[in-house]
This record gives sequence, C-alpha cells and structure tokens, in this order.
Amino acid sequence: MDTNCSSIEVLRAQSARIQRAQSAKKWELELASPRTVEVSAVADAVARLCGEADLYLPEDVRQAFTRAQAEEPSLVGQEVLGRLLENADIAAEEKMPICQDCGLAVIFMDIGQDAHLVGGDLIEAVNDGVRRGYEENYLRKSACHPFTRTNTGDNTPAVVHTQIVPGDKVHLWVVPKGGGSENMSKVFLLTPAVGLAGVKKAVMDTVEAAGPNPCPPIILGVAIGGTFDHAAVRAKRTLLRELDSVNPDPEAAELEQVLLEDVNTLGIGPAGLGGATTCLKVFVDIKPCHIASLPVAVNVQCHAARHKEAVL
Amino acid sequence: MSELIKLNPPLVDQDVTALTAGDKVLVSGTIYTGRDAAHKRIVETLAAGGEPPFPLQGAVIFYVGPSPPPPGRVIGAAGPTTSYRMDAYAPTLMAEGLKAMIGKGKRNPEVKQAMADYKAVYLAAIGGAGALMARCIKQAEVIAYPELGPEAVRRLVVEDMPLFVVNDVHGGDLYEQGRQAYART
Ligand code: SF4
Repeated sequence: MDTNCSSIEVLRAQSARIQRAQSAKKWELELASPRTVEVSAVADAVARLCGEADLYLPEDVRQAFTRAQAEEPSLVGQEVLGRLLENADIAAEEKMPICQDCGLAVIFMDIGQDAHLVGGDLIEAVNDGVRRGYEENYLRKSACHPFTRTNTGDNTPAVVHTQIVPGDKVHLWVVPKGGGSENMSKVFLLTPAVGLAGVKKAVMDTVEAAGPNPCPPIILGVAIGGTFDHAAVRAKRTLLRELDSVNPDPEAAELEQVLLEDVNTLGIGPAGLGGATTCLKVFVDIKPCHIASLPVAVNVQCHAARHKEAVL
Repeated sequence: MSELIKLNPPLVDQDVTALTAGDKVLVSGTIYTGRDAAHKRIVETLAAGGEPPFPLQGAVIFYVGPSPPPPGRVIGAAGPTTSYRMDAYAPTLMAEGLKAMIGKGKRNPEVKQAMADYKAVYLAAIGGAGALMARCIKQAEVIAYPELGPEAVRRLVVEDMPLFVVNDVHGGDLYEQGRQAYART
C-alpha cells in the first residue's frame, strides 16, 4: 500500500531496498532462518501503546497548539488552545486520559516479509493487548454492537490494518480514534470531470458540515485516487505522520498547503467558537485511480490526535 | 465576552433568560449526565407515565460518558460528547422543565426553537478537554441504568465548571456568530 507518505518512510524504504539487495546475496544461505517475533511481544507493545496514546498528547500536537495559540486572532480561540495545553498537562500529571472518548483501537502494522510471527494468532494477540491496555490504564471502552448497542466490555475487536513491507521488523502504530471526529469523515466518489476543484470542494464541504462537532482544531487525512476502500484506509494512514513532516510527493505537499489555507478561511476556530485555527494540518496522499473514477476520502481527526508507535 | 456568570442549579427561568450567546458561565452544584441511550430510556419512561431518574424541573444535563475513575478519583476524564445525537429527545426534556444542556457541537432547529419556547439554554464545554473538566467534578454517583456503563445516568456535584453559552433563549447562536466574525470567504 502506501510507502511514500513521509520522508521517514521514504528513507525506510530506501534502506530496506539496500538491505534487501544485501540480504539477497545471503538468501541461499539463510533461507531457513527468518527472524522470529513472538506475538506476545506484539500484545505487550499494543497494551503499552494504548495507555501511552490515551494519556500523553504527542509532542508534535502540543507544539502545533502552542504555534496556533500565538497566531490565533480570536481571544476565545486563544483561551481554548491554552485550555487544551493545560488539559494535556493535567492528563500526563494525573495519568488521566486526555479525552474521555479513548477511541476505538485502530492498529496499523507493517510486517517485514522476513519476519516470522510465532506463538499464536497475531490478531488475537493485538486484541489481547487492547484488552489489557484499556483495562490497566482506566480507559473508556467504547466498542458496542451496532444495533443492540451492547458494549463488548473490553474495547475489542480492534480495527487492524496490516501490510507486508521489506525487512524483518514489525512496525506498529496505535491510533485510538474518537467517535465525534470519525462521524464527520466522508468518502466521495467524484466524477473525473470535477477535477482538482471538485476535490477541494469535497474537503471544504466536509469541514463546513462538521463545524464544531469534531472538536476543532482538526487534522485532515485526505486520500485521492485508488478505490473506495483503499482511499479510506490511506486517508486514515496519513494520520500516522508527524504534524511537521514534509510530504515527499511535491504535488501532494502543495495541495496540503492550499487545502490548509482554504479550510482556515472558514472561521470555525478552536472548539468551533470562531477563529482562524480550524485545522492544524492537512495530510494528502495521491495515487492513480480507474479511468472512470475519482475517489476522495476525508478522514477528520480531532485535536486529541493520539498516535504512538513501536518497532519490534 | 462578558464577565463570568455563576449558575447554581436547579435553575429558574430568570437564570437562563439573563444569558446571552457568548457569555461565559461557571456552574456549581448538582447536575446529571446522560447520552443517547439514557435519553431514549428517559423519554420512553415519560411516555409511559413513569418517573424520570432525576427531577427534570430546573435541571442541568451534561452529555458525557466519562472514562473509569483511576484509583482515588471520583471520575475519569469527563469532557462533552457531540450533542446532535440527543436532539431527538431534548425538546421532550425541556417541556418537562430541563433548563440547561451541556455538550459540544451544533443543535438542530427544533431544539433551538424548544429552547426559546421552554426557556432553556445550551452550554458548550471544550470538547476533548476531559482531564481538565474532571477537576471540576467533586462527586459522582450512578443513579440509573448502571448496565449502560459509561452511558449510565450519574449525579455529579461540580464546582466552577467553565462553559460558554452557545444558544440562548433569544435566538443567539455563538457557533454562528463566532464563525461569521472570523470567516474570510
Ligand atoms: S472528537 Fe476527539 S477530542 Fe472530541 S470528544 Fe471525540 S475523541 Fe475527544
């Protein structure tokens, strides 16, 4: 799937290619000995990352709040951003979740093709990690049956996205996703004729309709191209990027800037109470699509932009 | 923005008619929690002629599903949930005397009309500031529907909970006014 959504990933891909070239020479000798990774280690990492993600606001988000506070013209907007920084401090100090909606547990896993996962069912191990992480850290369990609304009681099943990548490591990200912002996300299957202008309109319409609901300042993950399903997953995957990262695709990088400026003319502001800081960052991922299609997925992320990662 | 206005529930008509969209308020006293599932049950109970789980006259309801309390705490993180999911039920509760709703996000025209008709206000807490809000909550007790877990109805005792008046009884709407003031389109 998506291998070029940040410079770090590009570097990682390059080094993986070199590694692959080197290891290809050793291939015949080492054919029978892939690196083993115990699934219990995956479970432990997931449990730890669930806690860390929900209790500690990532540093890139904290810095974005501080920058936005200095530039925000609205006094109420400044006050809201200040309160969000204070909230993050209190959460860390008191080991209290940043937000009571501790999210559905969304897990991305990039699995090296030379890694051998042993000791049990990988997905079950992830769910075990989620179960422990949410229980041990006093996190709210928000998973329920869609019709009866009966809570599953332990925040499982997790939403797991895996992809196979070069190398022998397992890279995992825990991204708890709140309902308020997820509910404002959209997938559009546009007519190719609407072009770039139609894509921009889709993004603006999504943010405008969301207004104060998804806890602005928001972050947007926008994936253009691919198929219906692929666009949605890539849109979410862009949210793994650091807020100050630069998109290696110049076309996407430029669109990120244009969309950010456009969205911030809407005036929605922090907490939706009016201001210039509606959005902290737009991430864009562009991929080819069918000659008949122009899919666009817009994943809305609230300011509680929780993401923690580990490499095993 | 005005000075801080103190509100102590149960509220009377004059408490809410004096408020204007954009005012900042501090709520202290007893309030109740409820989300969609609890609202559904309360409205069904009222329709069947039953008693609601707490007195609605003058009441303040907080749309929240808190996280579990860590050891030694009365409650976990407790920020507002998105209010539109309660829109279908809110007018019925206002007709029974509910005076203020605490949440985040837009309300529909029917709810705004009911606020004018029954004299009630909609107050916004800062969404996602759950750890900060928890500091204002001094006591918490589940009083109904414990099987709903985070969605159970709780009685909270709060002290100086900071909120913004979003919708007043006069048709004012802070979300619209705030946006208009800063929109550049
Ligand atoms: S949208 Fe995000 S910040 Fe707002 S309540 Fe939901 S999880 Fe928390």
